[in-house]
Amino acid sequence: MTLYEELQESVIMGQEDKVKEIVNGLLDKGSKPREVISEGLVGGMTVVGAKFKTGEMFIPEVIASATAMTKGLKILKPLIVGEELSTISAGKVVLGTVQGDIHYIGKKLVGMIMESGGFTVVDIGVDVPPDKFIEATEREQPDILGLSGLLTTTIPRMKDVVEALKRSNLRDKVRVMVGGAPVSQDFADSIGADAYAPNAVSAVDKARQLMGQS
Amino acid sequence: MLIVGELFNTSRKIILENVEKRNAEYIRDIAKRQAEAGADYLDVNCGDMLDKEVDAMKWLIENIQAVVDVPLCIDTPNPAAMEVGLSLAKNGQPLVNSITGEEERYNAILPLVIKYKAKIVALPIDEQGIPQTAEGRLRVTRQLVKKLTEAGMPADDIYMDLLVQPIATGDRAGLELLHAIRLVKQEFPEVHLISGLSNISYGLPNRRILNRIFMLQTLTMGMDAYILDPLDKAMMGYLYAAQALLARDPFCGKYLAAHRKGLYQS
Repeated sequence: MTLYEELQESVIMGQEDKVKEIVNGLLDKGSKPREVISEGLVGGMTVVGAKFKTGEMFIPEVIASATAMTKGLKILKPLIVGEELSTISAGKVVLGTVQGDIHYIGKKLVGMIMESGGFTVVDIGVDVPPDKFIEATEREQPDILGLSGLLTTTIPRMKDVVEALKRSNLRDKVRVMVGGAPVSQDFADSIGADAYAPNAVSAVDKARQLMGQS
Repeated sequence: MLIVGELFNTSRKIILENVEKRNAEYIRDIAKRQAEAGADYLDVNCGDMLDKEVDAMKWLIENIQAVVDVPLCIDTPNPAAMEVGLSLAKNGQPLVNSITGEEERYNAILPLVIKYKAKIVALPIDEQGIPQTAEGRLRVTRQLVKKLTEAGMPADDIYMDLLVQPIATGDRAGLELLHAIRLVKQEFPEVHLISGLSNISYGLPNRRILNRIFMLQTLTMGMDAYILDPLDKAMMGYLYAAQALLARDPFCGKYLAAHRKGLYQS
């Protein structure tokens, strides 16, 4: 097995310490940080994502892998300077749970897995009113705005956010993705969202698709 | 022990289909079967039907009450739907699912609970969100129980749902809940403790096994009400056996009745 293959394997197995060990080993050998990220870390998480979709791996394992992967990222990111940093990022995502809703586990999972998929994630919390989503969009200039909601009574607020983006002339500057148990593709279409994903792993796939279109 | 039959939930495909088609025969059959299997209350939840919720709830309640006189659990976050459900529930004392300590929601729902003299499922959530620890749940429970009892609710009508989170997204989720049960039970012995039995296993395989064991663990710590599928014979069998083992079944009466009804035959 090559070191990159070993690194992927450690990510898949959720072995934090081994990930750190191999990352440092690769750096000692002069490997480029960008390559270590794309070949080793993201490579490993891609396998994890695929196995989750086929039911071979389960949520806690995905979390273990994402956690291990993020530990590796922590070592590598500081070594990538300046504009190079934005080129390794798969994109920037702002995530928040809509107003009136304090559920956060799904959103946290999405953030974790997006991060391990190479995205830069800014989580603005729960019970977020539309104007705070606008504020965050202006401040962070994300590629994707992710709206999470678990209550049937509050998912209509997702439409409020889309309308607020239009009024602030920001609608075409950002792609809107929505998710949460009561959310569906139909609902997403009806409110004018750009994408819907039924779980954290497919959210990353959708996010990549959205980025590919830009 | 209070058993709430959970099957009338339109997030379940088969229920949604039959509610949308207004198939009364199917609904009546499920109502009867849940009641016969030991449900003390029947949950009615059309929350995910959005603007069709009220009509669906009316129709469901009409058909349920045509065949059983078991009281209803009106399960909705929508105060308008809740009022409709409560006004139609004619048997016994209704149960409302649910109220929280969040100001807007509390103020919208409390008057309905008082007006219809309903029992209430209460979630220890306040403006700060969902407490992560057992102590946090106790803290918000204190505030909520105080408010409810000061508003005139008997402790016996309060069912605290101490918030079950999946272990798949947090190793300690089950343990924190067991600690929370112990803390709340100690401080509020007359308040009841209720829970659903599926959140805990979300995202894991063999959910039935996890759900059953979770029921046994929480029961042992002092939980005394569940929202479950009464047609799950294995779950009901474990429930009756466990209660007998915990001295909550005088002369093993319910256990033996269940045995005679054939509950323990496969």
